[in-house]
Amino acid sequence: MIELSNISFAYSGGDYQLDIESLKIEAGETVAITGLSGVGKTTLLHLIAGILIPNSGTVVANGEPLSRISDSERRRFRLQHIGMIFQEFELIEYLSVRDNIQLPYRLSGNLTLGSSVRSRAQMLAHDSGIGDKLDRNVAQLSQGERQRVAICRAVLPNPKLILADEPTGNLDPANTERVLDLIFHNVVQSGASFVCITHERHYLDRFHRVLDFADFASSKS
Amino acid sequence: MIDIFQLAFKYLRFHWIKTGILIVAIALIVFLPFGLDLLVRHGSKSLLARAETTPLVVGQKASPLELVLSTLYFDTAPPPEIAFAEVARINETGLATAIPVYNRFRARGFPIVGTNLDYFSFRNLHLAEGRHPLLIGECVLGADAADALEISVGDYVISTPEELFDFAGTYPLKIEVVGILEGTGTPDDRIILTDIKTTWIIAGIAHGHEDVTQSTKDDTILRREGTRIVTNASIVTYNVINQSNRASYHFHGEMADFPLTSVIALPDDPRAKALLQGKYLGTGETMQMIAPSAVIESLLGTVFRLREYLLLGSLLAVFSTLSTASLVFFLSLRLRKREIETMHRIGLPRCRVVGLLATEITIVIATAVILATLLGFVFSRYVDYIILKLLT
Repeated sequence: MIELSNISFAYSGGDYQLDIESLKIEAGETVAITGLSGVGKTTLLHLIAGILIPNSGTVVANGEPLSRISDSERRRFRLQHIGMIFQEFELIEYLSVRDNIQLPYRLSGNLTLGSSVRSRAQMLAHDSGIGDKLDRNVAQLSQGERQRVAICRAVLPNPKLILADEPTGNLDPANTERVLDLIFHNVVQSGASFVCITHERHYLDRFHRVLDFADFASSKS
Repeated sequence: MIDIFQLAFKYLRFHWIKTGILIVAIALIVFLPFGLDLLVRHGSKSLLARAETTPLVVGQKASPLELVLSTLYFDTAPPPEIAFAEVARINETGLATAIPVYNRFRARGFPIVGTNLDYFSFRNLHLAEGRHPLLIGECVLGADAADALEISVGDYVISTPEELFDFAGTYPLKIEVVGILEGTGTPDDRIILTDIKTTWIIAGIAHGHEDVTQSTKDDTILRREGTRIVTNASIVTYNVINQSNRASYHFHGEMADFPLTSVIALPDDPRAKALLQGKYLGTGETMQMIAPSAVIESLLGTVFRLREYLLLGSLLAVFSTLSTASLVFFLSLRLRKREIETMHRIGLPRCRVVGLLATEITIVIATAVILATLLGFVFSRYVDYIILKLLT
């Protein structure tokens, strides 16, 4: 479950300010957030993930008060409980598909890359249709395949919260459907909450709830 | 830790050109001061060792360094010539043994050094095969010269004319190889040793030709004046000395006037050495007698001063290279800003991300140091050979 209350956030040295009185997302709920560009949707996602800390107010994710714990604790929480999917995929170009999927385990120090994790990574890749490309460099993949790698990376630790920032923004319609199927399949399987920022209205009916950013937040810049 | 190492290695492997350039640049810059120091130290030792085993050298009053380098290392252009009479002058003092050296000609780049058999015992030269050059037109080769020229006993070397179109000058002489010397690790390995008379033949002072007293070609004989026979240029002169024509070789002029480039004097004892040196200090003396060790020590003094500057220069090069390498790392960090940001966003610990970058730098530096060490190892094994090549 995610709960934001009385949030006020501003970037240091900037004029932008975001205010959220209250936002609550239940465990297992899938929520799409729409809104105009530049209003602060990505900032909201970063607040939920603990990447950014509000100037005032509280952010609680899965019972953890992210606005009150240290940076290293937030990182650990993010790594173990949050799967992040980005519009630009954000894969590490010098690593193979396998290494990219296993990256959180290979660099975290908190997660152990055992044989069960390796098998799960392989299974996720197989289910995503990239099982035969595990040892390929990600630069050799198509856009759709790259986003599938990013999804596998996000869901590998079985996170209870998946945050996606326009995950299909760079994909063609066929790949958009495939990627969404993949995300929702994993969300349903793991019972995770799913918060997705999107501009694409044609798949909004897949979500439990669709929120317009302007309905629960106000921002000025 | 292994994971960090593996990921760092994968980054470096992916950017192998950049990594390779960095490693080679750092390795060379680490190796440079060491290599330079080793070269100077070994070179000095090698130069001095040769000089210390050569007590005295006599030559025309000119550059002492040129005289020493020509006599000991056969390297420089020949010094001004002196007369063979200088050998007799030294021998007649009864203070030393004189060894003539005539180092003017080359065969395929290797010096042809005319001397006598005393040179072999003086330099402790032993034959690996064959025999000493006892007759005119014979030579022995140093081990490296034989290898480089791919010549063995029974083959020939041909002296190189000094000037291509010098019709009045020296003609190429075909000299038979009768022996190959054992390797000594000295400049003697890279020379062609022959009897002094053979070098005079190359110089055109002696020659061999068909017997004009027996000539039946009337047009060859211009006139007969008693025992003196004057011929025209059609007379056949030999360019190879062999059993059948060796006896026809003869010298024109007084042997005492024949040229040398220097004389090595081997005094009987330190007292004889001092007395002999005194004989060459008179006013009006046109010769100089020098102790090569003094000349080389003076040269090394300059070399060591130069080495200080070179080392200072190489330290600046180290600083410059490391600065450039640092710049490359920092620019690379800017290029990897998104990658680092991604790691941060997915929750990877800051220390791990820094550790990954530090490991990459460590791998590059460690590999460069290993490469520099290997270079140093190989260089130290071949430094004597390299110095020999540089000296000859």
